[in-house]
Amino acid sequence: MIAIIDCEIGNLRSVQKAFEAIGKEARITDSIQTIEGAQAVVLPGVGAFKDAIDSIRQKGLDKAIMNIIDSGIPFLGICIGLQLYATESDEGGKQTGLDIIKGRVVRLPDIVKVPEMGWNRLNVRKDCPIFKDIPETAYFYFAHSFYIVPEETDVIAATTDYGLEYVSAVWKDNIYGVQFHPEKSGKWGLKMLENFAGLAESRD
Amino acid sequence: MLAKRIIPCLDVKEGRVVKGVEFVNLRDAGDPVELAYAYDVQEADELVFLDITASHEKRDIILEVASRTAEKVFIPYTVGGGIRGIDDMRSLLESGADKISINTAAVKNPDIITEGAERFGSQCIVVAIDAKRKEESGKRKEERGNKDMKSKDSFPLSDSRFPSYKWEIYLNGGRTPTGIDAVEWAKKVEALGAGEILLTSMDRDGTQDGYDIPLTKAITGAVNIPVIASGGAGKLEHFLEVIVEADADAVLAASLFHYGDLTVRQVKEYLKENGIEVRL
Repeated sequence: MIAIIDCEIGNLRSVQKAFEAIGKEARITDSIQTIEGAQAVVLPGVGAFKDAIDSIRQKGLDKAIMNIIDSGIPFLGICIGLQLYATESDEGGKQTGLDIIKGRVVRLPDIVKVPEMGWNRLNVRKDCPIFKDIPETAYFYFAHSFYIVPEETDVIAATTDYGLEYVSAVWKDNIYGVQFHPEKSGKWGLKMLENFAGLAESRD
Repeated sequence: MLAKRIIPCLDVKEGRVVKGVEFVNLRDAGDPVELAYAYDVQEADELVFLDITASHEKRDIILEVASRTAEKVFIPYTVGGGIRGIDDMRSLLESGADKISINTAAVKNPDIITEGAERFGSQCIVVAIDAKRKEESGKRKEERGNKDMKSKDSFPLSDSRFPSYKWEIYLNGGRTPTGIDAVEWAKKVEALGAGEILLTSMDRDGTQDGYDIPLTKAITGAVNIPVIASGGAGKLEHFLEVIVEADADAVLAASLFHYGDLTVRQVKEYLKENGIEVRL
């Protein structure tokens, strides 16, 4: 079972339905016990950084997230979920994040249209397992105004060109994060989720 | 780079698609979810469901449509029409919609834009603008008694010849004039937190004469959020024109796709041949 952490924002149901479409059971939950018992965990999200981090802390889920990450269980952050990994975010005044990936979340510059809305490609920087068997020409769906700037470049799994080249995916051990929405990215998005779910099964 | 988006729009009334759709063999051509899926297969980049259900008691049917779509369609979709407040937005987003399009509610209570953006993020909040050109004097066309303004000859595309064009926004599906200038309104909704503008030219809607280039250009030039051009698509060249000449980020069409005059894929292939980045 894949646990989708319920931090009361956005498109939880879309993520669940995407996993179901590839034959994986996924449960939306804020139960620490369920999350810690899952084979893989997803931290999804659209919405505001502050609401998401406040909800996680209020429910005591920040500690559960740390436990999962320490235990080696595959963990995927989507959109705001990825941004929450950072040390801090510029969104909504200065906010502190989970500090799982050293770095900060900044706004897209005004030289480009903000938000970035639509389909864009990835320059996959290393042989990241969640992008296995996905062609370079694949497009993914983005809808965001902010992006992560990691301090260390070795966590960068992919970048995207949007007038500027920014980090669109991170990978560190069992921790994965994507700025785009795989659950809304057609067949290649589903393929990426399948690759992620496969990481959990290969641990069994 | 970011691809230009091709967006079919489905008018939905009490859970059924109202404009005829004839392009594919569907078990049920009136089912918005079946159609949404068919457009996904055609590689549409996004979908818009415009709910035109009049009765308040039947408003919840669109939630069921949004919810069933989430089970079958894995591209983004926007739901618009009749949204009154934050609770309506939340219900639709929780059902699986990615974006909410607001029009009348935004004009009557602009704060709803900010509330929605703060709660759900700007990327969820689309403001639909229905705009109609005024004559140079600033009067509405009908006030001058000119009945022929829709004909192509009297409506040249070259905006440099008509630098003083102004457009007024209308509500209630184009029935109610507001006196509000479209360009000023676009700037205002951006400042309030809208993440995208769905811009419909009432002069061009249904004509198949092409998108309204001067209007679209005026709006894309005034804001720094994405703009979806709508109204007037009739042939392949129209899509290219509004992207190249008016900097549209996405193009929306309804009957052209529904009646099978063109497929989404044909439009994308044509754009690609002409150097426009599309997802294919």
